Amino acid sequence: MFRRSSQEEAIVTVFVDGQPIRGRQGDSVAALLLANGQAACRTTAVSGAERGPFCMMGICFDCLVTIDGSSNRQGCMAPLQEGMHIETGLGKTEVRS
Amino acid sequence: MIQAVNLQQLHDAYDLAVVGAGPAGLAAASSAANLGLDVILIDENSAPGGQIYRGLGAASVDRSRILGADYEKGRDLLAALARCDATYIAGAVVWMISPDAGVGISKQGSSRFLTARRVILATGAQERPFPILGWTLPGVMTAGAAQILLKTSDLVPDRKFALAGTGPLLWLLASQLLDAGTPPAALLETSERAGLRSLPPFLGFALSPYFIKGIGLMRRVSRNIPVIRGVTELAAEGDSRLSRVRWRRRGGKPGSLDVDTLLIHQGVVPNVNLAAAAGCDLEWDDGQLCFRPRTDEWGRTSNAMITVAGDGAGIMGAEIAASLGRLAALDCASLLGRIASTERDRLSKPIRRGMRSYLRGRGFLDMAFRPSDRFRLPRPEAIVCRCEEITGGQIQELLATLDASGPNQLKTYSRCGMGPCQGRFCGLTVTEMIARHRGVSPSQIGYYRLRFPIKPISVAELATLPCSPQDVKAVVRL
Repeated sequence: MFRRSSQEEAIVTVFVDGQPIRGRQGDSVAALLLANGQAACRTTAVSGAERGPFCMMGICFDCLVTIDGSSNRQGCMAPLQEGMHIETGLGKTEVRS
Repeated sequence: MIQAVNLQQLHDAYDLAVVGAGPAGLAAASSAANLGLDVILIDENSAPGGQIYRGLGAASVDRSRILGADYEKGRDLLAALARCDATYIAGAVVWMISPDAGVGISKQGSSRFLTARRVILATGAQERPFPILGWTLPGVMTAGAAQILLKTSDLVPDRKFALAGTGPLLWLLASQLLDAGTPPAALLETSERAGLRSLPPFLGFALSPYFIKGIGLMRRVSRNIPVIRGVTELAAEGDSRLSRVRWRRRGGKPGSLDVDTLLIHQGVVPNVNLAAAAGCDLEWDDGQLCFRPRTDEWGRTSNAMITVAGDGAGIMGAEIAASLGRLAALDCASLLGRIASTERDRLSKPIRRGMRSYLRGRGFLDMAFRPSDRFRLPRPEAIVCRCEEITGGQIQELLATLDASGPNQLKTYSRCGMGPCQGRFCGLTVTEMIARHRGVSPSQIGYYRLRFPIKPISVAELATLPCSPQDVKAVVRL
């Protein structure tokens, strides 16, 4: 688990799975999830195992989430934007007709 | 510096495109712009600095205190970018470089191409794969990840956590977390420490700027944090989250700790994907146990349009990276006719002189923190390919039965390396496993054949790219 080491605030409000969450200006989506106590953010397509942020620098593709309806986005590379909708839980993609 | 906020603001053509705004890219872009080249600096992060100086422009006094004096050194590079005439675009991914130096860039869901007369790749380093049992569990992260959380969000690990592995960064992080008032429960050291006293490299190290700093830092960490040395086995355990780290020391003595966060690290390696996909030949570095683009003294590669500068060409650290960026800029200015080669040589002399003291210590660092075989080669149950969840045992089995000759053949047999990370976290492991199986050097095995786009882009994004009637005809076959 992670905690903030400082009090300085520049608040951005986003929605994680529909719930409003307060993050900071400068946070990535993955950093916000970790600050919010969520070590896992999706399941894998192959075995359904839980995964969460690992490298935080756009290399590993473990922190994939859906952002504003666009799936498979790297959470660590997406800076928070006011009002952003983040969906976790992304697993195997279903083909929709 | 002219900051472009979207792709439409970019020109169609530049003299020089620099990819990556870490120390090498910042130094290259500002030096080249000051030599009169029309430069575009393209970076994936939202602010310049790369990973080492990540978040520096927005860092509070308190954060800077925790991160230390070396972090502050990056301010000169940020200032040089701000002062120069280069164009800079943040949050943009270069996903392709065509043979004629057409640069494919994506930002916020749209793409475009621009052309450059020459390209400098300053794509830096990434964490070396560390394929232990349970390294995919949520709660296991890299030491670099923890540093990034600290640099961008003032986030530090809380409660029970441990550090494991080897390398200067692991010790630096331990010291920074000590300063942040949140020391780890333990530092599990995995290096072999074989040949550590080998004299010539040690003498070089003792004369380098790393010496005093490194010794002092390690002593301070050892005094304040339980350091468990000689770790020979390491496993992260938990049902769907990390709950425990278990280890065994030389001589067989086991141990375990209940933790919710484990920060692992066994050095960094060049981030080669863009260079390799662009056709730059790679070579195996036996001292650093990784592939790097083959470069000459100016960073020129086997691709006539491309120079590589900084840790992306071999791990040398931030100071050397900046110097290599400056040298690359001088050479590009000379190649593009801005300065004579004699002028390039004259201007490069003080830069090369300044690099010497830093270069001296490198061989020792590589040796002292050499990641052990037992942590580079996986146990059968450990996952090697995080994306496709292929284990060491599955790969061994394929090697034994089908005798795959290289990583590409193994990929077609198993999907190992076929996921979205495109081999970034399994490539070195796979090459070393095949080399070991066949009893040859990794240089004879080679690396994955990498292709564009080096990062996934949507089909919708591709479809918005302008195309000529010939392009359409080639696909539609009217």
